[in-house]
Amino acid sequence: MANPLKCDLCSKPATVHLTQIVNNKVHKVDLCEACAQAKGVTDPSGFSLADLLLKASLNPEQPVSGVRCEQCGFTQSDFKKHGRFGCPACYETFKGLIEPMLDNMHKGTVHTGKVPTRALERKSLYDRLTKLELDLTEAVKSERYEDAARTRDEINQVKQAVTQKPAR
Amino acid sequence: MTIASLIDTPSELTDSASSKTAIVLMTRIRLARNLAGQPFPGWAKPAQRTAIFESCRAAVAATSPMKRGLDIEISDLSELERQILVERHLISRELSGAKADAGVVINKDQTFAVMINEEDHLRIQVLRAGFQLKKAWNAINELDTALEDSLDFAFSPTLGYLTACPTNVGTAMRASAMMHLPALVISNQMEKVVRAVNQLGMVVRGLFGEGSDASGSIFQISNQTTLGESEEDIIKRLGSVLQSIVEHELNAREKLLEADPAKLFDKIGRAHGILQNCHLLSSSEAMNLLSLIRLGIDLGAFHDADRSVIDRLLIEAQPGHLQHAQKREVEPGQRDLLRAARLRSEFANFTRPDFSFTNEKN
Repeated sequence: MANPLKCDLCSKPATVHLTQIVNNKVHKVDLCEACAQAKGVTDPSGFSLADLLLKASLNPEQPVSGVRCEQCGFTQSDFKKHGRFGCPACYETFKGLIEPMLDNMHKGTVHTGKVPTRALERKSLYDRLTKLELDLTEAVKSERYEDAARTRDEINQVKQAVTQKPAR
Repeated sequence: MTIASLIDTPSELTDSASSKTAIVLMTRIRLARNLAGQPFPGWAKPAQRTAIFESCRAAVAATSPMKRGLDIEISDLSELERQILVERHLISRELSGAKADAGVVINKDQTFAVMINEEDHLRIQVLRAGFQLKKAWNAINELDTALEDSLDFAFSPTLGYLTACPTNVGTAMRASAMMHLPALVISNQMEKVVRAVNQLGMVVRGLFGEGSDASGSIFQISNQTTLGESEEDIIKRLGSVLQSIVEHELNAREKLLEADPAKLFDKIGRAHGILQNCHLLSSSEAMNLLSLIRLGIDLGAFHDADRSVIDRLLIEAQPGHLQHAQKREVEPGQRDLLRAARLRSEFANFTRPDFSFTNEKN
């Protein structure tokens, strides 16, 4: 023990070493006394390691990369401040940051539950429609009228499928 | 439906108390959902928030379970009305403090509540009296699927439903049960239970969620993790944890009765005496006394039918409900006086505890 452990939150020498097993996963934190008090580590009922781990991995001493979410303008330092993301696309933008955190926080890293099938089907139909409409404009522009006619028929079919979809 | 008529309608919590709700008072499941391609409420610009609020509100109110329900913006509610909704677990404290473009849609019998622009665009909640995890899941799953018809949810094939906070990503589901565990509290076993439950990936909180105390020996137990497990698996695991807590509570009651019945009867008897004669009663003392009477009912010292009275009072003794009954806002010190008067009159005709059941057993 040449190098005493540093507090995960503030880098003072750590005196509280906590190991918690959640979901058969070992989580370890080293804290100084002040941080341990402040985070309620001494009170087992009011202490959530997941929250702490979330904040620990947001340690402000880590170098801040200049990544910015293209969709919403959210940055890594915004995440550090709020602990929440800006928009759904942030999960992709900050993939490198979030993946180890998710692994720590959750039972697994891949979703195995409900899938919004109806919404996804509808979305794929709409995506197809958008693409077909582009094709149509393209075909008309380059005077490929046979292609245009075929595309138009296809568009009508997809449109019908879209309007039939909500069967409720 | 107006807020006034909703408040005057008994809620699911108080209405269906029976011996089936003895230890698990209620089951609650909430799903977080967000619109694809839209910034989360905490990051959205005012105009975006307004647009999101309006489209979610229209979609939710149009679903069949929400027909003729309450559909309201938080800023249109008085402080007191918000507090009452919090006390009924229909909105969160966070939403009650929201300023613009946040609201809630509640169905007629107050079993569904959908918060809009809380931490996520939608927080869909179902509430059922008693231990009803499966029924609650089926109900909320159906409502969620119905919403898919008009809303595109942010969803990733690998990460599942995308939420503002990464602790909710995946199923975005929190299933919880509100449990009355007086014997585990009296016999100082709660700390042990909390630790064991934590190790199983579940969380124990006080009655009103994060950071609230556990007065009245009422606790909320819920799943901690949301990613890597299906909704059904989470519910199954939570169900078996809850079942084993119920068994521990029953054992603890047995043990208290065996070891020192006089001590337990003394507590219950004194609670009854105080409730009949008090003139100043804080909210937390009221909760603790009502909890002891509730334990007495479970043990057979009072009529079983009185459980619904207690469950109603557990809510009506809360500050918001108390002030509503007075039709005005009341200073905290004055509230203790009113609360005492209220409970005194409720308990004036409450039968005295009868502990002869222990003799019959032997």
